[in-house]
Amino acid sequence: MKQKSQLSLSRRKFVKTASIAAAGLSMALKTPLALAAAKVKMGFVYVGPRDDYGYNQAHFEGKAALAALDWVKAVDEENVPETIEVQKTMESMIQLDGAQVLFPTSFGYFDPHILKIAKRYPDTTFLHCGGLWDAEKHPKNVGSYFGYIDEPVYISGIVAGHMSKSKKLGFIAAIPIPQVLRNINNFTMAARSIDPSITTTVVFTGGWSDPVKEAEAANSLVDQGIDVLTCHVDSPKVVVETAEKRGIYSCGYHTNNAVLAPKGFLTGAEWSWATVYKNYAELIKNKQPIPNLVRGGLKDGIVKVSPYGAVVSDAAKADADKALASFMDGSMVVYKGPIKDNKGNTVIPKGKSYLQTDTWLESMDWLVEGVVG
Amino acid sequence: MLKTVEIWCLSLGALLLSMLLIAAFIFTTGNSPSEVFHSLYRGAFGSWFSWQNTLVRAAPLMLTALCTALPARVGLIVIGGEGAMVVGGLTAAITGIAIQDAPSFMVMSAMMIVGGGCAGLWILAVGALRHYRNVNETISSLLLNYIAIAVLNFLVVGVLKDPATLNNPSTYSIGEKNMITSIGDSSVHWGLVYGLVVCLAMWFVARRTTFGFAADVTGGNIRAARLVGLPVAKIVLLSCFLGGAAAGLAGVIEIAAIQGRANSSLNAGYGYAGILVAFLARHNPLAIIPYALLLGGIQASGGLLQRAHDLPDATVAVFQGIIFMMILSSEMLYGRIKFLQPKSMIS
Amino acid sequence: MENDIGLWSVLIAVLGGAIRVGTPFIFVSLGECLTEKAGRINLGLEGNLIMGAMTGYAVSYLSGSPWLGVLAAGSSGCVLGILHALLCQNKQVNDIAVGIAMMLFATGIAFFYGKAFIQPSAPHLPSIGFGNWSSSPVIKAALDINVLFFLGVALAPAMAWFLRTTRWGNAVRVVGESSDAALSLGMNINRVRLLSTMAGGGLAGIGGSYLSLYYPGSWSEGLSSGQGLMAVALVIFARWNPMNCLYASLLFGGAAALGPALQSVGINWGYYLFNAAPYVLTLVIMIAASSAKGTVRGMPGEFVK
Repeated sequence: MKQKSQLSLSRRKFVKTASIAAAGLSMALKTPLALAAAKVKMGFVYVGPRDDYGYNQAHFEGKAALAALDWVKAVDEENVPETIEVQKTMESMIQLDGAQVLFPTSFGYFDPHILKIAKRYPDTTFLHCGGLWDAEKHPKNVGSYFGYIDEPVYISGIVAGHMSKSKKLGFIAAIPIPQVLRNINNFTMAARSIDPSITTTVVFTGGWSDPVKEAEAANSLVDQGIDVLTCHVDSPKVVVETAEKRGIYSCGYHTNNAVLAPKGFLTGAEWSWATVYKNYAELIKNKQPIPNLVRGGLKDGIVKVSPYGAVVSDAAKADADKALASFMDGSMVVYKGPIKDNKGNTVIPKGKSYLQTDTWLESMDWLVEGVVG
Repeated sequence: MLKTVEIWCLSLGALLLSMLLIAAFIFTTGNSPSEVFHSLYRGAFGSWFSWQNTLVRAAPLMLTALCTALPARVGLIVIGGEGAMVVGGLTAAITGIAIQDAPSFMVMSAMMIVGGGCAGLWILAVGALRHYRNVNETISSLLLNYIAIAVLNFLVVGVLKDPATLNNPSTYSIGEKNMITSIGDSSVHWGLVYGLVVCLAMWFVARRTTFGFAADVTGGNIRAARLVGLPVAKIVLLSCFLGGAAAGLAGVIEIAAIQGRANSSLNAGYGYAGILVAFLARHNPLAIIPYALLLGGIQASGGLLQRAHDLPDATVAVFQGIIFMMILSSEMLYGRIKFLQPKSMIS
Repeated sequence: MENDIGLWSVLIAVLGGAIRVGTPFIFVSLGECLTEKAGRINLGLEGNLIMGAMTGYAVSYLSGSPWLGVLAAGSSGCVLGILHALLCQNKQVNDIAVGIAMMLFATGIAFFYGKAFIQPSAPHLPSIGFGNWSSSPVIKAALDINVLFFLGVALAPAMAWFLRTTRWGNAVRVVGESSDAALSLGMNINRVRLLSTMAGGGLAGIGGSYLSLYYPGSWSEGLSSGQGLMAVALVIFARWNPMNCLYASLLFGGAAALGPALQSVGINWGYYLFNAAPYVLTLVIMIAASSAKGTVRGMPGEFVK
């Protein structure tokens, strides 16, 4: 079991909020619902279906891992839109199921929905995936957690850079938001660290789940001579399968996609939410304060790299393992100047670097040099 | 009066029959129908909390239902509620952001006028195309839904985007002070009252005014309406405008009471659910209210069905589909059951 | 020079996309065309499409034969079509409302029973490599064509011939043109409409199985992005002519491929608007083809009641 000290979070914020969170928690435990049952009650809300090989499945797998703990009762609901419905779902989990802590997992749930309900239920803890909790602006019973998925994406990029013969990589993305842009940038920079002539072509489909468009994007990219494909959409299934059909390599996303492409699968970036959710459950059980902001990457076990596919060359494995090791010991700095964007402007000057934990990176709105699109 | 009795009898009969079918469906899934019905009741109407849950879901449906119901009275089948709601919400958000600092009642009024007006024109265009150019209104309104959604997404990730919304591209906020508040200490917002008032007003217009009468004549037989000298074009266009404006108002409320800014969540399917409500209510603005509550209630209990019975979220769609089909089937019985007919009317 | 190659491949991608993306449109629009020729609108074909995609995938997975899947998809579509026709038999029941009801019901059922089939991989439909002569993988891929496409292409003239020359086809047209005339000729209007709606529904179901069994080739809840609804508009676009339905389907398929193809050569302005292009195009054509007086050429008389 992981210890709370391993959760990386800003120490100053931690000190400032820990006592308040503790107070909130002890209050929660005094409510009759919590007294009635000794089990830790957790509620999970997903924006899409539980079994899409993607984002929602990753969270569901995290929730499912809690079932092994007999002192936890976890309920969940799928396909909940980012409207008043999610507010009501959260309230319903609190009122009818006695949930002590809620995990609304879609980014769009945060503002205004979680913020609004959290004010109404100060004794319940709301932990949101992807958001950026701010002590100045947000209620104390709210927290946010996220994993540096761009770290394993970087490893994918290294492998892709080694395996590409055409030196053209493809990336199919839903919409240009910071989380997506950061993955595209990491993928590209990693590949260009192997060969600076590599480019990544991006196609935005305009929606998180549009299989026909994703397949069409994949085909168009392959037609342009791209020979390694990856994606950031809700479900990677169609993209990875189409790449396999067209006989090119693919890197997975969200969950382990190896079965979808037995021949061309290289590696992929996966979530490992079980770690995070078990951690939170332990904290609640032991009545320890819940940190408001949790971020972590490969070394914290929140994200992981999919096992390499059979085709991956030894040179690629060696470089990827080397990068993995430096992520694990914390010495890797991806955003180290000078870095130019794909319009030629210098975004990070020479000598300046941003550590992984820097929140500036979470509002990224540029694409790095070498990205087409 | 007997006509009302007929509607009540047939509608209740259809609802009863759909409950039987739903019970049969639940039985095939290996669940106990009585337990599931109990959960349905508990989740929708079992407590004050459940009632609030039902009411907030019913609020937008009342307004989007009018977008189908009002044009239907003049004989047009419009399914553009979703697009009208998006247009209403988007234009209202732009208005709200532009005049944020004005007194909040002015901001609210401006949002309602602009949002309702633009959405009204959106559906009025559908009516005009039908009336003057014979363009099928069902299809054109359907196409306009897709176009409205595309425009919304285009603007929200583009020129209207507030950079601070990061991973959920949205417009700027209309400002906390301009938001519609909740009624008392409940979680039900005043938007519900707007919905009720508009439905009642439209019922009054349909039943008690010459315009309502003229609309019914036009819907019954457009040639006859022309012959007796009714301003048919005006009646058709105005009905469409009012329908669109109602759906637009639903969009305004979604922005002002829930989201605070426009983003892709504005396209949440309320418009399509509204079509259902309108047909269930047989395009009667007053009957829209209970049917919106029924549908809101089923949706409200959907979560509980997932959590308590491990039924997938699609269960709710199956239930709604069954109810909708049964109510539509009951249409064929109107005028056929003897004891429900006024004596003089039997032909 | 490199730009030239890029634009060439955009063209090929659009042509390939027309076939890949357009095939389900061919089936659904021909199904809708037949239904509308008989004087009914079935707005519920979206439901048939989704139901067909689910049953096709499920049966292919369980039986190991994708062709059995296609058959099952067609049958499920027929059943839904019959249900639609039966509900609409009464004049008081609005066919558009029934269509929406069927869409909701069928989608609900498909999602309900489809949960178990999101994860497994079912055997796919085979395709024929017409581009094997070429050394270019781009051409090979564009000409790697599914058998269902040819079925669809053959179906269009067959349906045109059926409607124009056969006795049954004439019956469909008469019923669609004027129910009074059909009555005076002693035709059983309800039966003709029932059979047309059933066959139309079956075709839409087959269109759905193409989505799940070939392209994009897996079952998921987001599989259809409204292709079934679009097909209804497409029929009007095609003026109720089966051959035009075929061309319009290919056009829509190509239009859907255009956005991603342009982005893949680095042109990425306003992809949301590109995605809306087919809808705008249909609306414009509908308006342009309409007239102030009476009906559009080719429109079944019962279409505007």
